[in-house]
Amino acid sequence: MRKLHAFNGGVHPEGHKGESTGRPIETMPLLPRYVVPLRQHIGEPARPVVKPGDRVLRGQLIGQPEGYVSVGVHAPTSGRVLAVEPRPVPHPSGLADLCVVIDSDGEDRTVETAPLDWRAMDPSALRNRLREMGLAGLGGAVFPSFIKLNPGARRHIPILILNGAECEPWITCDDLLMRERAADILAGAEIMRHMLGTEEVLVGIEDNKPEAIAAMTAAAGGRGVEVVAIASLYPGGGGKQITYTLTGRVVPAGGLSTDVGVQVFNVGTAYALLRAIRDGEPLVSRIVTVTGHVVRPGNFETRLGTPVADLLRAAGGELPDATGQIIGGPMMGFGLMDEAAPITKSVNCVIVKNAALFPAAPAPMPCIRCGACARACPAELQPFELYWYARTRDFGKTQTYHLFDCIECGCCSYVCPSHIPLVEYYRFAKSEIWSREHEKQAADQARERHEFRAFRLEREKQEKAEKLAKKASERLEGGAVAAEDPEAARKKALLQAAIAKAQKAKEAVRPKNVDNLPPDKQREIDAIEARRAQAGQAEQAAETEAKR
Amino acid sequence: MKAPIELRSSPHVKRGVSVERIMRNVVLALLPICAFAVWQYGLSALALIVTVTATCLATERFFNWMAGRPGTLSDWSAAITGLLLALTLPPAFPLWMGAVAGFAAIALGKALFGGLGQNVFNPALVGRAFVQAAFPVSISTWVPAFAPGRFAEFIPTTFTLPLMAPPDISAWAKGALDGFTGATPLALWKFENQVTPPDAFLSGAATASAGETTAVLILLGGLYLVARRFMDWRIPVAVLGSAALAAWAFQLWDPARYPDPGFVLLSGGLMLGAAFMATDMATSPVTPLGVWIYGALIGVVTVMIRYFGGLTEGVMYAILLGNALVPLIDQYTPPRVFGDVKGTKP
Repeated sequence: MRKLHAFNGGVHPEGHKGESTGRPIETMPLLPRYVVPLRQHIGEPARPVVKPGDRVLRGQLIGQPEGYVSVGVHAPTSGRVLAVEPRPVPHPSGLADLCVVIDSDGEDRTVETAPLDWRAMDPSALRNRLREMGLAGLGGAVFPSFIKLNPGARRHIPILILNGAECEPWITCDDLLMRERAADILAGAEIMRHMLGTEEVLVGIEDNKPEAIAAMTAAAGGRGVEVVAIASLYPGGGGKQITYTLTGRVVPAGGLSTDVGVQVFNVGTAYALLRAIRDGEPLVSRIVTVTGHVVRPGNFETRLGTPVADLLRAAGGELPDATGQIIGGPMMGFGLMDEAAPITKSVNCVIVKNAALFPAAPAPMPCIRCGACARACPAELQPFELYWYARTRDFGKTQTYHLFDCIECGCCSYVCPSHIPLVEYYRFAKSEIWSREHEKQAADQARERHEFRAFRLEREKQEKAEKLAKKASERLEGGAVAAEDPEAARKKALLQAAIAKAQKAKEAVRPKNVDNLPPDKQREIDAIEARRAQAGQAEQAAETEAKR
Repeated sequence: MKAPIELRSSPHVKRGVSVERIMRNVVLALLPICAFAVWQYGLSALALIVTVTATCLATERFFNWMAGRPGTLSDWSAAITGLLLALTLPPAFPLWMGAVAGFAAIALGKALFGGLGQNVFNPALVGRAFVQAAFPVSISTWVPAFAPGRFAEFIPTTFTLPLMAPPDISAWAKGALDGFTGATPLALWKFENQVTPPDAFLSGAATASAGETTAVLILLGGLYLVARRFMDWRIPVAVLGSAALAAWAFQLWDPARYPDPGFVLLSGGLMLGAAFMATDMATSPVTPLGVWIYGALIGVVTVMIRYFGGLTEGVMYAILLGNALVPLIDQYTPPRVFGDVKGTKP
């Protein structure tokens, strides 16, 4: 039996898992239209490579990865590109983003696919394929998988964790996937193990999913994979939390789990990876939980680009008196602004709200420093202090209290007896700090540019003066006969003044980086100068010697 | 017309605990203590508790009105202040002085700082400190518990006219209970080196403020709040533990002069202070280490004041001193964050 490590804090919100686990995964019927956003992953959005009117096939690349942190985007079915334009996307802001709108031709023809011989392929070529095939973490963060599957030149990653904790209430897509496709998940993990050079594979599943644990344990037999039931405690499925729970290794603040030799993947990602490699099929669908105040809650194999409204219809539609939808779980998800927004790689759940399940937030009261937030914080921060400093815009202090170690899990807000929307304050502080950082960088750049310009102008002036002086001296030498000429004397004086000025200017534009040095650096420079002078003397001496 | 957009970020669910519920439970835990005080001291104690609490509520409402804010009586915090303050006053305390104490508690102790959660000091103790300075005689005039006529008549001082000197009641007190000295156990010990046996504290027969002699009920109330997780158990444990430890050390040093730790714990207001006043959330530290430092400080300072100070009782000033140090304690005892390998402190 593996020794488990309990992380600090955490909360026990009502699970509400049973609502959507009653039926097996259903496949969504083909829709007449899909809206596929080009930004479905963390990093740079994909660049559209189709234009209106183009014919596309299922699995055809329609968005090319752009930059390093980016993955491809593919057509969910065959049809015609209607438009490439901003459309509503599932984002807390409710803003539109660039999407490829595809009108389905109903034939659902696919591009030619071929399995990848992953054992024989060069690892870097394999990773590039996965990048093109659009693999990104399906747990919600949608970080490009090919980057996480790169162990790096010297880094050794002995432990691979498959995250099946699914700690957020309501969501059951990983649960159903593990129940129904356990062997495929583990086959995907096998490929991950190969790519990372990992020895140990652990699967962490919260103990409120006994069916999934049983299915995974049965499938794990003989594979050298250990399936571990962990306590149901939100946010036990957080990357750092599950790493600590299963291995006792503490991911350093601001660091990654790979810093302690652990890589974590969501079970859905492992399954998608298998599909990509075994079937050669790019990421064009995922399992989405539809639950809450709907007629037939359940899990649906949903093509990316499916409008939320269509998915809700597949679940029988909303019940009367629904009060909107949440994308993701109730602890970290966000309110949906427009039902036309499509399902993307990051959308694992759509919860339809009603007033009883999700009552309006009570009005906030003053903080009474009860410390409940600090006891609930899995990052072991002091949320009440962060709140205080964020509220008073003392952003320096928020950073001393480790604002950026906050994972925004929402435990503090969940327990706060004063109903203060704490996480909102931290998001505010973080974005303020980011935008200030950005402004500062822009200002620094502008200052540097200005300084260089001043330097350049001064240098040109000086060069001009030197040139003038040179010309004058040439002319002077030419007219040496008239040395006694008062005009020549005046010119000579002028010339000397110009030379002096040029020298002064030269001194003035000495590079700035040797000003205001700390004493030790200054000493170092002095020593170098002294050596240089000595060397110069020695050279001179040698020259004179040679001349003799 | 489209419904207004509700901008609300995660989490979308909340645990059912609210400030109002915490405070209501504290009131609930205090009620048995109040009831026992009335049983001990009769009509005067009841009148005092009602007057002080009503003044606190009225003052809170007045300042709500002054600030143009919605009423905050529903959060129950002013009621706690009123009940606690009444329990720390002598039962014979004139009602008008009790009203002054209630006003001072809310006005100086709370409203001046900005209301709930903003106050540096425990408001009830601010009120008590105010009247201790303003009315030194009345605050140290004691009456016997379980006087025979306590439900038939008021103590003569109760209805003293405002700004008038209360009548001398030493004769009345002697009449009410034969051999009554008018001294608290702490004063008896301090000036006559006479240690009151512990059963007097448990039965409520000891001379004290209205709510201080009911160790059993205080413990029960505290346990209730701890069990419901509305109270940090570490603070009373630290206060009582450090006071006992200090008392024990002194007794080891000079057993003839210093009383046993049990007497130190049960006498005066230490139990009430440790359980209900030092634990006030707004005025106590939050960091795990800070809580112990704060509690230990209060316990030790209480014993120091009792043994070496001019006053017979020291809990009030010890807690106020602890309150004043809370920001410092919190600042210097931040817990290590998860993943902080180097252990850097803010």
